[in-house]
Amino acid sequence: MSEMKMTKLDENRWRIEPAGGMRVPGILYSSERLMRDMGNDESPQQVVNVAHLPGIVKYSLAMPDMHWGYGFPIGGVAAFDTATGVVSPGGVGYDINCGCRMMTTKLNADEIRKPLPDLVTALFQNIPSGIGSTGAIKLSQKEERKVLRDGAGWAVAQGYGTPEDLETTEDRGVMAGADPDKLSPRAMERGKAQLGTLGSGNHFLEIEVVEEIYDPTAAAAFGLEPGQVAVMIHSGSRGLGYQVCDDYLARMVKHMGELGLSLPDRQLACAYLDSQAGRDYLAAMACAANYAWANRQMLMHWTRETFEKALGKSPREIGMRLLYDVCHNIAKIETLPVDGIPRTLCVHRKGATRAYPPGHMAVPERYRKIGQPVLIPGDMGTGSYVLAGTDRAYRETFGSTCHGAGRLMSRAQATKMSKGRAVHRDMADRGVIVMASGRGTLREEIPEAYKNLEDVVEVVHRAGISKKVARLRSLGCIKG
Amino acid sequence: MHYRLFDHTADLGVEFFGSTREELFAHAALALFDLLVEAGEVRDTETREVRIDGTDGTDLFVNYLREILYLFNGEERVLTACRILRIDDRQVTAEIRSGRFDASRHRIRTEIKAVTYHLASVGKSPQGWTGRIIFDV
Repeated sequence: MSEMKMTKLDENRWRIEPAGGMRVPGILYSSERLMRDMGNDESPQQVVNVAHLPGIVKYSLAMPDMHWGYGFPIGGVAAFDTATGVVSPGGVGYDINCGCRMMTTKLNADEIRKPLPDLVTALFQNIPSGIGSTGAIKLSQKEERKVLRDGAGWAVAQGYGTPEDLETTEDRGVMAGADPDKLSPRAMERGKAQLGTLGSGNHFLEIEVVEEIYDPTAAAAFGLEPGQVAVMIHSGSRGLGYQVCDDYLARMVKHMGELGLSLPDRQLACAYLDSQAGRDYLAAMACAANYAWANRQMLMHWTRETFEKALGKSPREIGMRLLYDVCHNIAKIETLPVDGIPRTLCVHRKGATRAYPPGHMAVPERYRKIGQPVLIPGDMGTGSYVLAGTDRAYRETFGSTCHGAGRLMSRAQATKMSKGRAVHRDMADRGVIVMASGRGTLREEIPEAYKNLEDVVEVVHRAGISKKVARLRSLGCIKG
Repeated sequence: MHYRLFDHTADLGVEFFGSTREELFAHAALALFDLLVEAGEVRDTETREVRIDGTDGTDLFVNYLREILYLFNGEERVLTACRILRIDDRQVTAEIRSGRFDASRHRIRTEIKAVTYHLASVGKSPQGWTGRIIFDV
């Protein structure tokens, strides 16, 4: 491989010149410190690899939380022309529509200080989590097909939450074009029993408190105030999404051979958007996206119920309202300006969040003057940031920003480093109560394994591709 | 066990070994389950024959390990034996024996979610055959 030519554009951006088979340059959003910490992480090379894909528009992007993925880097954003471009299952990722939702409450942190341990225990008992966890419900084939078509709307129709919840879910919690016939029997089988489960690994449910407000006007519009209790849920499409990705990767690797396309990494296997394989994948991916939205809607419903029961308060007193729900592993057909001219593109966000600007019709009416809420979860026990989308993101990054802290250490390294340490205790010392199903999970997810969330958020804020609204601190956390 | 781990930021890299290609494939299946579960006694065993295709040796190895992993992730079964009946660059036929996963007697060691193509390879080495895979965990 030839030496990569990288130049610093400004304090927040690095550019990789097109070379070899690259069709466009690469742009990395980062800082001196994050670049240094990255060491020999392969993500810049993966930005280069993505730039090889047919029909890629303008540049191959990476957000400051970038790290080595397979195929696409985690934190990668790339847009493709719908006529000449491709869709890549690896560019979406295995956990299709993995995402976050945040709920605000009328509770103050002081009110839950005493009952917090009981509340965390109750959440741990009521929210199914852990490896291969199965839920409280088992879907019939007929019902599962409805979930795949209707997404969060299906859950609301079943009594999990209210229609108001859909207003503040990205795309109202449903992706058009979902066709359950495009799923394999294996994908359908894996989806049957896992709806309404958190999963394992980096997935979590966290009770947080609003600690700092950066933008009072935006915070007021989002319903955030200092001292307020909020909840963050991070989960996705479970085994069903994995099976969809796996099935289509296999199909597309075969397809690439037939097309005679050669790519630097097989995990980038793709199909033209305007082809049967491309259309089939998008229809299957939409099903998995809808499954994930229904999943998070159900997890939120049980969180509401658990708060009411554990605190002995009415829904009105708790006032748990969905602030927003974002996906961060997805490919979407969107109309975005490219050099000032609107174009219809297939935007891949692999570990990246949509960040639409003020005034955009896709932003819920109550937030439209401010911009789309962007939810950035941190590593275990750190807390989260709430940001708002900007015009600059719309023009510069295909309406996208970062998605989280981003891994710095492998899971094996983290486990080694945490040897002999009581991770529970460390967390308790920080004032965070943690409960986990898996023995290894806590070790793999120690805070040192991640980039500093503040550094990541500073980059996107300074680069103007989203603006800081508020920061929340973690109080209690359940993990798979 | 005929495998060795290597590091990857987000995931788990594994190198598998065998003196022949047949042995590499059989070892890899058993190694995958060694990473997945700590299994004592496995009951209700059944034997089945699986036939997997690939576009070349590496694709075949990936598709084969996917099939083996599905046994656990899709069917909650634990592999107990694996014998390669036929193999060439594009197809492998294996006889696999497995039993039901039992949470009361078996412990999950590592959750392995998927077999990726990233840096995947299969090849002849001076010692025999080596396969490299990065798993999504």
